[in-house]
Amino acid sequence: MRRRLFGPNVKVGLGLAVVAAMVACAVLAPWIAPHDPYAQDLMARLRPPVWADRGSWVHPLGTDNFGRDLLSRLIWGSRLSIMVGLTAMVLAVSIGTTLGLLAGYLGGRVEQLVMRFADAWQAIPEILLAIVVVAVFGGGVPVLILVLGFAGWEVYTRVTFNLTRSLRERPYVEAALAAGARSSYVMWRHLLPQMAPVLSVIATLQVGQLILQETALSFLGLGLPPPTATWGNVLAEGRERLWVAPWIANLAGCAIILLVLGINLLGNGLREMLDPKRAER
Amino acid sequence: MGYLLHRLLLVPAPLLIVITFVFVVLRLTGDPVAIYLGQDATPEQEALLRAELRLDDPLPMQFLSFLGDLLQGDFGTSIQHRAPAMQVVAERLPATLELVALGLTFALVLGVLGGIAAALWRDRLPDFLLTALAVTGQSMPSFWLGILLIQLFALELDWLPTSGREDWQSAILPTATLAAFLLPNFVLVTRAAVLETMREQFLATARARGVGPVRALFRHVLPNALNPVVSLVGLQLGRLMGGAVVTETVFAWPGVGRLMVAAIFQRDVPVVIAGVFIVALTIVLANLLVDLVQAAIDPRIRLR
Repeated sequence: MRRRLFGPNVKVGLGLAVVAAMVACAVLAPWIAPHDPYAQDLMARLRPPVWADRGSWVHPLGTDNFGRDLLSRLIWGSRLSIMVGLTAMVLAVSIGTTLGLLAGYLGGRVEQLVMRFADAWQAIPEILLAIVVVAVFGGGVPVLILVLGFAGWEVYTRVTFNLTRSLRERPYVEAALAAGARSSYVMWRHLLPQMAPVLSVIATLQVGQLILQETALSFLGLGLPPPTATWGNVLAEGRERLWVAPWIANLAGCAIILLVLGINLLGNGLREMLDPKRAER
Repeated sequence: MGYLLHRLLLVPAPLLIVITFVFVVLRLTGDPVAIYLGQDATPEQEALLRAELRLDDPLPMQFLSFLGDLLQGDFGTSIQHRAPAMQVVAERLPATLELVALGLTFALVLGVLGGIAAALWRDRLPDFLLTALAVTGQSMPSFWLGILLIQLFALELDWLPTSGREDWQSAILPTATLAAFLLPNFVLVTRAAVLETMREQFLATARARGVGPVRALFRHVLPNALNPVVSLVGLQLGRLMGGAVVTETVFAWPGVGRLMVAAIFQRDVPVVIAGVFIVALTIVLANLLVDLVQAAIDPRIRLR
Protein backbone atom coordinates (compact mmCIF):
# COMPACT_ATOMS: atom_id res chain seq x y z
CA MET A 1 0.00 0.00 0.00
CA ARG A 2 1.19 3.45 -0.84
CA ARG A 3 1.78 5.76 2.06
CA ARG A 4 -1.02 8.22 2.52
CA LEU A 5 -0.10 11.86 2.67
CA PHE A 6 -2.50 12.58 5.47
CA GLY A 7 -3.36 9.57 7.65
CA PRO A 8 -6.21 9.23 10.15
CA ASN A 9 -3.91 9.89 13.13
CA VAL A 10 -2.83 13.24 11.75
CA LYS A 11 -6.43 14.17 10.99
CA VAL A 12 -7.73 13.26 14.43
CA GLY A 13 -4.79 14.97 16.14
CA LEU A 14 -5.11 18.17 14.16
CA GLY A 15 -8.91 18.23 14.35
CA LEU A 16 -8.90 17.55 18.07
CA ALA A 17 -6.35 20.31 18.70
CA VAL A 18 -8.40 22.90 16.82
CA VAL A 19 -11.72 21.84 18.36
CA ALA A 20 -10.27 21.65 21.89
CA ALA A 21 -8.73 25.12 21.56
CA MET A 22 -11.98 26.64 20.36
CA VAL A 23 -14.10 24.87 22.96
CA ALA A 24 -11.65 26.10 25.63
CA CYS A 25 -12.06 29.66 24.32
CA ALA A 26 -15.82 29.29 24.42
CA VAL A 27 -15.88 27.92 27.97
CA LEU A 28 -13.42 30.50 29.24
CA ALA A 29 -15.07 33.40 27.40
CA PRO A 30 -15.84 35.50 30.53
CA TRP A 31 -12.17 35.35 31.59
CA ILE A 32 -10.27 35.57 28.32
CA ALA A 33 -12.40 37.98 26.28
CA PRO A 34 -10.57 41.32 26.55
CA HIS A 35 -13.77 43.42 26.51
CA ASP A 36 -17.51 43.17 27.07
CA PRO A 37 -18.86 41.99 23.68
CA TYR A 38 -21.76 44.44 23.96
CA ALA A 39 -19.88 47.49 25.28
CA GLN A 40 -20.06 50.26 22.67
CA ASP A 41 -17.25 52.79 22.33
CA LEU A 42 -18.29 55.29 19.69
CA MET A 43 -14.87 56.96 19.84
CA ALA A 44 -13.28 53.73 18.64
CA ARG A 45 -15.52 52.73 15.73
CA LEU A 46 -14.27 50.49 12.90
CA ARG A 47 -10.71 50.16 14.23
CA PRO A 48 -8.67 47.76 12.06
CA PRO A 49 -6.95 44.66 13.47
CA VAL A 50 -3.52 44.91 15.07
CA TRP A 51 -1.57 43.88 11.93
CA ALA A 52 -3.06 46.73 9.89
CA ASP A 53 -1.66 50.27 9.82
CA ARG A 54 -3.80 51.90 12.47
CA GLY A 55 -4.31 48.76 14.55
CA SER A 56 -3.52 48.52 18.23
CA TRP A 57 -3.35 45.83 20.90
CA VAL A 58 -6.29 47.39 22.73
CA HIS A 59 -8.56 45.77 20.12
CA PRO A 60 -6.45 42.93 18.62
CA LEU A 61 -9.00 42.13 15.89
CA GLY A 62 -10.37 45.66 15.58
CA THR A 63 -13.84 46.95 16.33
CA ASP A 64 -17.20 47.07 14.55
CA ASN A 65 -19.47 49.93 13.60
CA PHE A 66 -20.48 50.55 17.23
CA GLY A 67 -16.92 50.30 18.52
CA ARG A 68 -17.54 46.85 19.99
CA ASP A 69 -14.43 44.68 20.32
CA LEU A 70 -14.45 42.09 17.53
CA LEU A 71 -12.28 39.50 19.30
CA SER A 72 -14.62 39.52 22.30
CA ARG A 73 -17.67 39.21 20.07
CA LEU A 74 -16.14 36.26 18.23
CA ILE A 75 -15.14 34.52 21.48
CA TRP A 76 -18.64 34.94 22.90
CA GLY A 77 -20.14 33.98 19.55
CA SER A 78 -18.27 30.65 19.65
CA ARG A 79 -20.13 29.85 22.86
CA LEU A 80 -23.53 30.16 21.24
CA SER A 81 -22.51 28.32 18.07
CA ILE A 82 -20.97 25.38 19.93
CA MET A 83 -23.82 25.22 22.43
CA VAL A 84 -26.54 25.31 19.77
CA GLY A 85 -24.67 22.80 17.57
CA LEU A 86 -24.15 20.32 20.41
CA THR A 87 -27.66 20.51 21.88
CA ALA A 88 -29.33 20.26 18.48
CA MET A 89 -27.15 17.22 17.74
CA VAL A 90 -28.15 15.55 21.03
CA LEU A 91 -31.80 16.18 20.20
CA ALA A 92 -31.41 14.77 16.68
CA VAL A 93 -29.54 11.70 17.98
CA SER A 94 -32.17 11.02 20.64
CA ILE A 95 -35.11 11.23 18.26
CA GLY A 96 -33.34 9.48 15.39
CA THR A 97 -31.87 6.50 17.26
CA THR A 98 -35.09 5.88 19.21
CA LEU A 99 -37.15 5.75 16.04
CA GLY A 100 -34.53 3.70 14.19
CA LEU A 101 -34.22 1.19 17.04
CA LEU A 102 -37.98 0.77 17.28
CA ALA A 103 -38.42 0.44 13.51
CA GLY A 104 -35.59 -2.08 13.18
CA TYR A 105 -36.54 -4.09 16.27
CA LEU A 106 -40.30 -4.20 15.85
CA GLY A 107 -40.49 -4.30 12.06
CA GLY A 108 -43.89 -4.56 10.38
CA ARG A 109 -46.17 -1.54 10.48
CA VAL A 110 -43.91 0.50 12.75
CA GLU A 111 -41.04 -0.01 10.33
CA GLN A 112 -43.16 1.02 7.34
CA LEU A 113 -44.48 4.10 9.10
CA VAL A 114 -41.14 5.30 10.50
CA MET A 115 -39.06 4.63 7.42
CA ARG A 116 -41.53 6.15 4.96
CA PHE A 117 -41.76 9.16 7.23
CA ALA A 118 -37.97 9.41 7.30
CA ASP A 119 -37.88 9.23 3.49
CA ALA A 120 -40.40 12.04 3.17
CA TRP A 121 -38.71 14.11 5.88
CA GLN A 122 -35.37 13.85 4.12
CA ALA A 123 -36.78 15.84 1.20
CA ILE A 124 -37.57 18.87 3.37
CA PRO A 125 -34.67 21.27 3.91
CA GLU A 126 -34.16 22.52 7.47
CA ILE A 127 -34.17 26.09 6.22
CA LEU A 128 -37.84 25.75 5.20
CA LEU A 129 -38.78 24.51 8.66
CA ALA A 130 -36.80 27.38 10.16
CA ILE A 131 -38.54 29.90 7.93
CA VAL A 132 -42.00 28.69 8.98
CA VAL A 133 -41.17 28.55 12.67
CA VAL A 134 -39.37 31.88 12.79
CA ALA A 135 -42.11 33.56 10.74
CA VAL A 136 -44.61 32.53 13.40
CA PHE A 137 -42.67 32.46 16.68
CA GLY A 138 -39.65 34.68 16.01
CA GLY A 139 -36.02 33.67 16.61
CA GLY A 140 -34.24 32.66 19.81
CA VAL A 141 -31.95 29.97 21.21
CA PRO A 142 -34.65 27.38 22.07
CA VAL A 143 -36.38 27.84 18.69
CA LEU A 144 -33.05 27.44 16.88
CA ILE A 145 -32.14 24.27 18.79
CA LEU A 146 -35.58 22.72 18.23
CA VAL A 147 -35.62 23.52 14.52
CA LEU A 148 -32.10 22.23 13.85
CA GLY A 149 -32.56 19.17 16.07
CA PHE A 150 -35.89 18.22 14.52
CA ALA A 151 -34.49 18.80 11.04
CA GLY A 152 -31.56 16.41 11.44
CA TRP A 153 -32.89 13.23 13.08
CA GLU A 154 -33.48 11.13 10.01
CA VAL A 155 -29.81 10.22 9.32
CA TYR A 156 -29.67 8.42 12.67
CA THR A 157 -32.95 6.62 12.04
CA ARG A 158 -31.62 5.22 8.78
CA VAL A 159 -28.30 4.07 10.27
CA THR A 160 -29.79 2.69 13.49
CA PHE A 161 -32.50 0.89 11.56
CA ASN A 162 -30.03 -0.90 9.29
CA LEU A 163 -27.70 -1.78 12.16
CA THR A 164 -30.55 -3.03 14.35
CA ARG A 165 -31.77 -5.29 11.60
CA SER A 166 -28.38 -6.96 11.22
CA LEU A 167 -27.50 -7.04 14.94
CA ARG A 168 -30.85 -8.57 15.92
CA GLU A 169 -29.87 -11.84 14.30
CA ARG A 170 -26.64 -12.14 16.29
CA PRO A 171 -26.43 -15.11 18.69
CA TYR A 172 -25.82 -12.98 21.79
CA VAL A 173 -29.03 -11.06 21.18
CA GLU A 174 -31.01 -14.23 20.70
CA ALA A 175 -29.36 -15.66 23.80
CA ALA A 176 -30.34 -12.62 25.85
CA LEU A 177 -33.92 -12.85 24.62
CA ALA A 178 -34.04 -16.59 25.27
CA ALA A 179 -32.79 -15.96 28.81
CA GLY A 180 -35.84 -13.77 29.34
CA ALA A 181 -34.39 -10.29 28.84
CA ARG A 182 -36.94 -7.65 28.00
CA SER A 183 -36.83 -5.95 24.61
CA SER A 184 -36.01 -2.58 26.11
CA TYR A 185 -33.08 -4.14 28.00
CA VAL A 186 -31.77 -5.78 24.84
CA MET A 187 -32.01 -2.53 22.90
CA TRP A 188 -30.32 -0.48 25.60
CA ARG A 189 -27.63 -2.94 26.72
CA HIS A 190 -26.89 -4.99 23.61
CA LEU A 191 -27.85 -3.05 20.51
CA LEU A 192 -27.04 0.58 21.32
CA PRO A 193 -23.47 -0.01 22.60
CA GLN A 194 -22.66 -1.81 19.35
CA MET A 195 -23.80 1.18 17.35
CA ALA A 196 -22.19 3.85 19.49
CA PRO A 197 -18.93 4.15 17.48
CA VAL A 198 -20.68 4.57 14.12
CA LEU A 199 -23.24 6.96 15.57
CA SER A 200 -20.59 9.06 17.26
CA VAL A 201 -18.72 9.56 13.99
CA ILE A 202 -21.91 10.71 12.28
CA ALA A 203 -22.76 12.91 15.25
CA THR A 204 -19.32 14.54 15.20
CA LEU A 205 -19.63 15.42 11.53
CA GLN A 206 -23.21 16.60 12.08
CA VAL A 207 -22.17 19.10 14.74
CA GLY A 208 -20.04 20.82 12.10
CA GLN A 209 -22.97 20.99 9.68
CA LEU A 210 -25.33 22.20 12.41
CA ILE A 211 -22.93 25.01 13.27
CA LEU A 212 -22.85 26.00 9.60
CA GLN A 213 -26.65 25.96 9.50
CA GLU A 214 -26.91 27.99 12.69
CA THR A 215 -24.55 30.66 11.35
CA ALA A 216 -26.46 30.70 8.04
CA LEU A 217 -29.78 31.19 9.85
CA SER A 218 -28.29 33.95 12.01
CA PHE A 219 -26.86 35.54 8.88
CA LEU A 220 -30.31 35.54 7.26
CA GLY A 221 -31.73 37.13 10.40
CA LEU A 222 -33.65 33.97 11.32
CA GLY A 223 -31.40 32.97 14.21
CA LEU A 224 -30.66 35.03 17.26
CA PRO A 225 -31.69 38.65 16.86
CA PRO A 226 -28.99 41.37 16.96
CA PRO A 227 -27.18 42.63 18.97
CA THR A 228 -26.55 39.06 20.20
CA ALA A 229 -22.93 38.19 19.53
CA THR A 230 -23.13 35.24 17.12
CA TRP A 231 -20.79 34.51 14.25
CA GLY A 232 -23.63 34.78 11.75
CA ASN A 233 -24.68 38.18 13.13
CA VAL A 234 -21.12 39.53 13.09
CA LEU A 235 -20.79 38.41 9.46
CA ALA A 236 -24.14 39.95 8.51
CA GLU A 237 -23.15 43.25 10.16
CA GLY A 238 -19.73 43.14 8.52
CA ARG A 239 -21.38 42.67 5.14
CA GLU A 240 -22.82 46.18 5.42
CA ARG A 241 -19.31 47.60 5.83
CA LEU A 242 -17.34 45.63 3.25
CA TRP A 243 -15.78 48.74 1.69
CA VAL A 244 -14.50 50.32 4.89
CA ALA A 245 -14.06 47.35 7.20
CA PRO A 246 -13.78 44.05 5.31
CA TRP A 247 -12.02 42.44 8.27
CA ILE A 248 -15.25 42.23 10.27
CA ALA A 249 -16.97 39.81 7.87
CA ASN A 250 -13.77 37.99 7.00
CA LEU A 251 -12.58 37.35 10.56
CA ALA A 252 -16.02 35.97 11.46
CA GLY A 253 -15.82 33.76 8.37
CA CYS A 254 -12.36 32.55 9.44
CA ALA A 255 -13.66 31.65 12.90
CA ILE A 256 -16.49 29.57 11.41
CA ILE A 257 -14.37 27.74 8.85
CA LEU A 258 -11.64 27.00 11.43
CA LEU A 259 -14.03 25.35 13.88
CA VAL A 260 -16.00 23.43 11.24
CA LEU A 261 -12.83 22.29 9.48
CA GLY A 262 -11.48 21.05 12.82
CA ILE A 263 -14.69 19.12 13.44
CA ASN A 264 -14.68 17.66 9.90
CA LEU A 265 -11.03 16.56 10.21
CA LEU A 266 -11.80 14.93 13.55
CA GLY A 267 -14.91 13.17 12.20
CA ASN A 268 -13.24 11.97 8.99
CA GLY A 269 -10.19 10.78 10.91
CA LEU A 270 -12.35 8.88 13.41
CA ARG A 271 -14.26 7.27 10.56
CA GLU A 272 -11.04 6.09 8.94
CA MET A 273 -9.77 4.68 12.25
CA LEU A 274 -13.05 2.87 12.81
CA ASP A 275 -13.18 1.37 9.35
CA PRO A 276 -9.65 1.31 7.92
CA LYS A 277 -10.62 -0.95 5.03
CA ARG A 278 -13.24 1.41 3.69
CA ALA A 279 -11.17 4.52 4.20
CA GLU A 280 -8.24 2.98 2.34
CA ARG A 281 -10.17 3.10 -0.90
CA MET B 1 -44.73 0.89 -15.47
CA GLY B 2 -45.11 -0.72 -12.07
CA TYR B 3 -42.13 1.21 -10.81
CA LEU B 4 -43.46 4.51 -12.16
CA LEU B 5 -46.82 3.99 -10.49
CA HIS B 6 -45.22 2.97 -7.21
CA ARG B 7 -42.96 6.02 -7.31
CA LEU B 8 -45.80 8.44 -8.14
CA LEU B 9 -47.67 7.28 -5.05
CA LEU B 10 -44.79 8.57 -2.89
CA VAL B 11 -45.02 12.13 -4.23
CA PRO B 12 -47.67 13.58 -1.88
CA ALA B 13 -46.05 12.39 1.39
CA PRO B 14 -43.41 15.13 1.86
CA LEU B 15 -45.90 17.76 0.76
CA LEU B 16 -48.46 16.53 3.25
CA ILE B 17 -45.82 16.67 6.00
CA VAL B 18 -44.94 20.25 5.09
CA ILE B 19 -48.59 21.32 5.02
CA THR B 20 -49.34 19.60 8.32
CA PHE B 21 -46.24 21.16 9.85
CA VAL B 22 -47.29 24.63 8.69
CA PHE B 23 -50.83 24.09 9.99
CA VAL B 24 -49.64 22.87 13.40
CA VAL B 25 -47.16 25.72 13.79
CA LEU B 26 -49.82 28.28 12.85
CA ARG B 27 -52.35 26.86 15.29
CA LEU B 28 -49.81 26.32 18.09
CA THR B 29 -49.57 30.03 18.60
CA GLY B 30 -53.22 30.10 19.57
CA ASP B 31 -54.49 32.86 17.35
CA PRO B 32 -53.63 32.71 13.65
CA VAL B 33 -55.63 35.87 13.04
CA ALA B 34 -53.05 37.95 14.86
CA ILE B 35 -50.28 36.34 12.80
CA TYR B 36 -52.02 36.85 9.50
CA LEU B 37 -53.18 40.40 10.05
CA GLY B 38 -50.53 41.96 12.25
CA GLN B 39 -51.19 44.50 14.96
CA ASP B 40 -53.11 47.26 13.22
CA ALA B 41 -56.09 45.22 12.01
CA THR B 42 -59.63 46.43 12.59
CA PRO B 43 -62.11 44.18 14.47
CA GLU B 44 -64.10 43.86 11.22
CA GLN B 45 -61.07 42.49 9.37
CA GLU B 46 -60.42 40.09 12.22
CA ALA B 47 -64.00 38.82 12.19
CA LEU B 48 -63.86 38.37 8.44
CA LEU B 49 -60.64 36.37 8.57
CA ARG B 50 -61.91 34.36 11.53
CA ALA B 51 -64.87 33.27 9.44
CA GLU B 52 -62.71 32.68 6.39
CA LEU B 53 -60.28 30.44 8.28
CA ARG B 54 -63.26 28.73 9.99
CA LEU B 55 -61.62 29.08 13.37
CA ASP B 56 -64.82 28.09 15.15
CA ASP B 57 -64.89 24.66 13.48
CA PRO B 58 -63.24 21.65 15.17
CA LEU B 59 -59.50 21.28 14.37
CA PRO B 60 -59.76 18.36 11.91
CA MET B 61 -62.34 20.31 9.89
CA GLN B 62 -60.08 23.35 9.94
CA PHE B 63 -57.23 21.23 8.66
CA LEU B 64 -59.33 19.86 5.82
CA SER B 65 -60.46 23.30 4.72
CA PHE B 66 -56.85 24.56 5.01
CA LEU B 67 -55.76 21.66 2.82
CA GLY B 68 -58.62 22.30 0.37
CA ASP B 69 -57.69 25.97 0.01
CA LEU B 70 -54.04 25.11 -0.68
CA LEU B 71 -55.02 22.51 -3.27
CA GLN B 72 -57.00 25.18 -5.08
CA GLY B 73 -53.96 27.43 -5.02
CA ASP B 74 -55.54 29.75 -2.46
CA PHE B 75 -52.80 30.76 -0.03
CA GLY B 76 -54.45 33.97 1.06
CA THR B 77 -53.57 37.54 0.16
CA SER B 78 -50.14 39.02 0.61
CA ILE B 79 -50.27 41.88 3.10
CA GLN B 80 -47.21 43.57 1.62
CA HIS B 81 -47.88 43.11 -2.08
CA ARG B 82 -51.70 43.33 -1.97
CA ALA B 83 -52.03 40.42 -4.39
CA PRO B 84 -52.71 36.67 -4.09
CA ALA B 85 -49.71 35.17 -2.25
CA MET B 86 -49.28 32.37 -4.75
CA GLN B 87 -49.10 34.84 -7.62
CA VAL B 88 -46.43 36.88 -5.81
CA VAL B 89 -44.35 33.74 -5.28
CA ALA B 90 -44.89 32.38 -8.79
CA GLU B 91 -43.53 35.59 -10.29
CA ARG B 92 -40.25 35.03 -8.43
CA LEU B 93 -39.96 31.34 -9.24
CA PRO B 94 -38.17 31.62 -12.64
CA ALA B 95 -35.26 33.52 -11.05
CA THR B 96 -34.83 30.82 -8.42
CA LEU B 97 -35.08 27.97 -10.91
CA GLU B 98 -32.50 29.66 -13.13
CA LEU B 99 -30.05 30.03 -10.26
CA VAL B 100 -30.64 26.49 -9.02
CA ALA B 101 -30.28 24.94 -12.49
CA LEU B 102 -27.05 26.84 -13.20
CA GLY B 103 -25.57 26.03 -9.78
CA LEU B 104 -26.47 22.36 -9.93
CA THR B 105 -25.13 21.96 -13.49
CA PHE B 106 -21.77 23.48 -12.67
CA ALA B 107 -21.47 21.57 -9.42
CA LEU B 108 -22.33 18.31 -11.12
CA VAL B 109 -19.98 18.69 -14.11
CA LEU B 110 -16.99 20.03 -12.15
CA GLY B 111 -17.62 17.70 -9.21
CA VAL B 112 -17.73 14.58 -11.37
CA LEU B 113 -14.60 15.63 -13.28
CA GLY B 114 -12.80 16.42 -10.03
CA GLY B 115 -13.91 13.14 -8.47
CA ILE B 116 -12.68 11.13 -11.47
CA ALA B 117 -9.35 12.95 -11.42
CA ALA B 118 -8.94 12.32 -7.69
CA ALA B 119 -9.73 8.63 -8.13
CA LEU B 120 -7.35 8.18 -11.08
CA TRP B 121 -4.49 9.86 -9.21
CA ARG B 122 -5.39 8.20 -5.93
CA ASP B 123 -3.05 9.00 -3.03
CA ARG B 124 -0.94 11.27 -5.22
CA LEU B 125 -0.77 15.04 -5.16
CA PRO B 126 -3.87 15.77 -7.33
CA ASP B 127 -5.98 13.50 -5.11
CA PHE B 128 -4.61 15.10 -1.97
CA LEU B 129 -5.27 18.61 -3.26
CA LEU B 130 -8.78 17.84 -4.54
CA THR B 131 -9.78 16.01 -1.35
CA ALA B 132 -8.33 18.74 0.85
CA LEU B 133 -10.15 21.37 -1.18
CA ALA B 134 -13.39 19.40 -0.95
CA VAL B 135 -13.18 19.02 2.85
CA THR B 136 -12.35 22.72 3.19
CA GLY B 137 -15.32 23.49 0.95
CA GLN B 138 -17.57 21.43 3.20
CA SER B 139 -16.45 23.56 6.14
CA MET B 140 -16.97 26.86 4.35
CA PRO B 141 -20.06 28.92 5.14
CA SER B 142 -21.48 29.59 1.67
CA PHE B 143 -22.60 33.13 2.55
CA TRP B 144 -19.02 33.99 3.46
CA LEU B 145 -17.77 32.59 0.16
CA GLY B 146 -20.32 34.80 -1.60
CA ILE B 147 -19.10 37.82 0.35
CA LEU B 148 -15.46 36.99 -0.46
CA LEU B 149 -16.33 36.77 -4.16
CA ILE B 150 -18.09 40.15 -3.95
CA GLN B 151 -15.03 41.68 -2.28
CA LEU B 152 -12.65 40.32 -4.91
CA PHE B 153 -14.56 40.50 -8.21
CA ALA B 154 -16.96 43.36 -7.56
CA LEU B 155 -15.27 45.71 -5.09
CA GLU B 156 -11.54 45.19 -5.78
CA LEU B 157 -11.43 44.30 -9.47
CA ASP B 158 -14.77 45.86 -10.46
CA TRP B 159 -15.34 43.16 -13.08
CA LEU B 160 -18.78 41.96 -12.01
CA PRO B 161 -21.83 43.54 -10.34
CA THR B 162 -22.24 43.04 -6.57
CA SER B 163 -25.90 42.08 -6.77
CA GLY B 164 -29.15 42.04 -8.70
CA ARG B 165 -30.24 40.14 -11.80
CA GLU B 166 -29.81 42.17 -14.95
CA ASP B 167 -27.54 40.58 -17.55
CA TRP B 168 -25.64 37.28 -17.68
CA GLN B 169 -22.74 38.81 -15.76
CA SER B 170 -24.84 39.29 -12.66
CA ALA B 171 -25.49 35.53 -12.62
CA ILE B 172 -21.80 34.58 -12.43
CA LEU B 173 -21.08 35.16 -8.75
CA PRO B 174 -24.38 33.70 -7.43
CA THR B 175 -23.92 30.62 -9.63
CA ALA B 176 -20.33 30.19 -8.45
CA THR B 177 -21.40 30.51 -4.81
CA LEU B 178 -24.21 27.99 -5.08
CA ALA B 179 -22.13 25.57 -7.16
CA ALA B 180 -19.28 25.73 -4.65
CA PHE B 181 -21.74 24.87 -1.89
CA LEU B 182 -22.64 21.56 -3.59
CA LEU B 183 -19.33 20.80 -5.31
CA PRO B 184 -17.42 19.12 -2.43
CA ASN B 185 -19.99 16.35 -2.00
CA PHE B 186 -19.98 15.57 -5.71
CA VAL B 187 -16.18 15.36 -5.75
CA LEU B 188 -16.03 13.05 -2.75
CA VAL B 189 -18.91 10.77 -3.81
CA THR B 190 -17.67 10.47 -7.40
CA ARG B 191 -14.18 9.68 -6.15
CA ALA B 192 -15.49 6.95 -3.85
CA ALA B 193 -17.82 5.52 -6.53
CA VAL B 194 -15.07 5.36 -9.17
CA LEU B 195 -12.62 3.73 -6.76
CA GLU B 196 -15.30 1.25 -5.75
CA THR B 197 -16.02 0.29 -9.36
CA MET B 198 -12.33 -0.03 -10.17
CA ARG B 199 -12.09 -2.88 -7.64
CA GLU B 200 -14.82 -4.89 -9.36
CA GLN B 201 -14.06 -8.23 -10.97
CA PHE B 202 -15.60 -7.30 -14.30
CA LEU B 203 -13.08 -4.53 -14.72
CA ALA B 204 -10.14 -6.87 -14.20
CA THR B 205 -11.76 -9.23 -16.72
CA ALA B 206 -12.21 -6.47 -19.27
CA ARG B 207 -8.63 -5.30 -18.82
CA ALA B 208 -7.38 -8.89 -19.17
CA ARG B 209 -9.36 -9.19 -22.39
CA GLY B 210 -7.24 -6.37 -23.72
CA VAL B 211 -9.58 -3.38 -23.21
CA GLY B 212 -7.46 -0.24 -23.06
CA PRO B 213 -7.46 2.03 -19.97
CA VAL B 214 -9.39 4.87 -21.63
CA ARG B 215 -12.06 2.61 -23.04
CA ALA B 216 -12.28 0.75 -19.72
CA LEU B 217 -12.87 4.05 -17.94
CA PHE B 218 -15.61 5.25 -20.27
CA ARG B 219 -17.33 1.95 -21.04
CA HIS B 220 -16.99 0.08 -17.78
CA VAL B 221 -16.11 2.31 -14.83
CA LEU B 222 -18.12 5.49 -15.41
CA PRO B 223 -21.51 3.93 -16.30
CA ASN B 224 -21.36 1.93 -13.10
CA ALA B 225 -20.07 4.78 -10.97
CA LEU B 226 -22.82 7.06 -12.21
CA ASN B 227 -25.56 5.60 -10.02
CA PRO B 228 -24.37 6.89 -6.63
CA VAL B 229 -23.75 10.30 -8.20
CA VAL B 230 -27.33 10.50 -9.52
CA SER B 231 -28.60 9.40 -6.09
CA LEU B 232 -26.59 12.21 -4.57
CA VAL B 233 -28.35 14.73 -6.81
CA GLY B 234 -31.63 13.59 -5.27
CA LEU B 235 -30.25 13.76 -1.75
CA GLN B 236 -28.79 17.21 -2.35
CA LEU B 237 -31.99 18.83 -3.61
CA GLY B 238 -33.00 20.02 -0.15
CA ARG B 239 -29.54 21.49 0.48
CA LEU B 240 -29.65 23.02 -3.00
CA MET B 241 -32.86 24.94 -2.26
CA GLY B 242 -31.56 25.92 1.18
CA GLY B 243 -28.34 27.14 -0.42
CA ALA B 244 -30.41 29.10 -2.94
CA VAL B 245 -32.18 30.98 -0.13
CA VAL B 246 -28.81 32.02 1.32
CA THR B 247 -27.26 32.84 -2.07
CA GLU B 248 -30.26 34.93 -3.12
CA THR B 249 -30.00 36.93 0.09
CA VAL B 250 -26.27 37.57 -0.31
CA PHE B 251 -26.57 38.73 -3.92
CA ALA B 252 -30.03 40.36 -3.73
CA TRP B 253 -31.13 37.85 -6.38
CA PRO B 254 -34.90 38.39 -6.83
CA GLY B 255 -36.03 34.81 -6.24
CA VAL B 256 -38.41 32.94 -3.94
CA GLY B 257 -35.81 32.55 -1.18
CA ARG B 258 -35.13 36.25 -0.80
CA LEU B 259 -38.88 36.92 -1.03
CA MET B 260 -39.57 34.51 1.86
CA VAL B 261 -36.84 35.97 4.07
CA ALA B 262 -38.15 39.47 3.41
CA ALA B 263 -41.72 38.30 4.03
CA ILE B 264 -40.74 37.06 7.50
CA PHE B 265 -39.58 40.53 8.50
CA GLN B 266 -42.73 42.08 7.03
CA ARG B 267 -44.85 39.50 8.92
CA ASP B 268 -46.36 38.54 5.56
CA VAL B 269 -47.35 34.99 6.54
CA PRO B 270 -49.36 34.06 3.39
CA VAL B 271 -46.29 34.71 1.23
CA VAL B 272 -44.10 32.66 3.60
CA ILE B 273 -46.48 29.71 3.40
CA ALA B 274 -46.88 29.93 -0.38
CA GLY B 275 -43.09 30.14 -0.76
CA VAL B 276 -42.47 27.17 1.51
CA PHE B 277 -45.06 25.16 -0.40
CA ILE B 278 -43.57 26.02 -3.79
CA VAL B 279 -40.03 25.19 -2.68
CA ALA B 280 -41.18 21.88 -1.20
CA LEU B 281 -43.10 21.09 -4.40
CA THR B 282 -40.01 21.87 -6.50
CA ILE B 283 -37.92 19.52 -4.39
CA VAL B 284 -40.48 16.72 -4.56
CA LEU B 285 -40.90 16.98 -8.34
CA ALA B 286 -37.15 17.19 -8.91
CA ASN B 287 -36.71 14.15 -6.70
CA LEU B 288 -39.24 12.28 -8.82
CA LEU B 289 -37.28 13.25 -11.93
CA VAL B 290 -34.02 12.04 -10.39
CA ASP B 291 -35.56 8.70 -9.47
CA LEU B 292 -36.95 8.22 -12.97
CA VAL B 293 -33.58 9.07 -14.53
CA GLN B 294 -31.97 6.59 -12.21
CA ALA B 295 -34.47 3.88 -13.12
CA ALA B 296 -33.84 4.61 -16.79
CA ILE B 297 -30.06 4.22 -16.54
CA ASP B 298 -30.06 1.32 -14.08
CA PRO B 299 -32.40 -1.62 -14.84
CA ARG B 300 -31.72 -3.07 -11.37
CA ILE B 301 -33.86 -0.32 -9.86
CA ARG B 302 -36.92 -0.50 -12.08
CA LEU B 303 -37.03 -4.30 -12.02
CA ARG B 304 -36.71 -4.59 -8.24
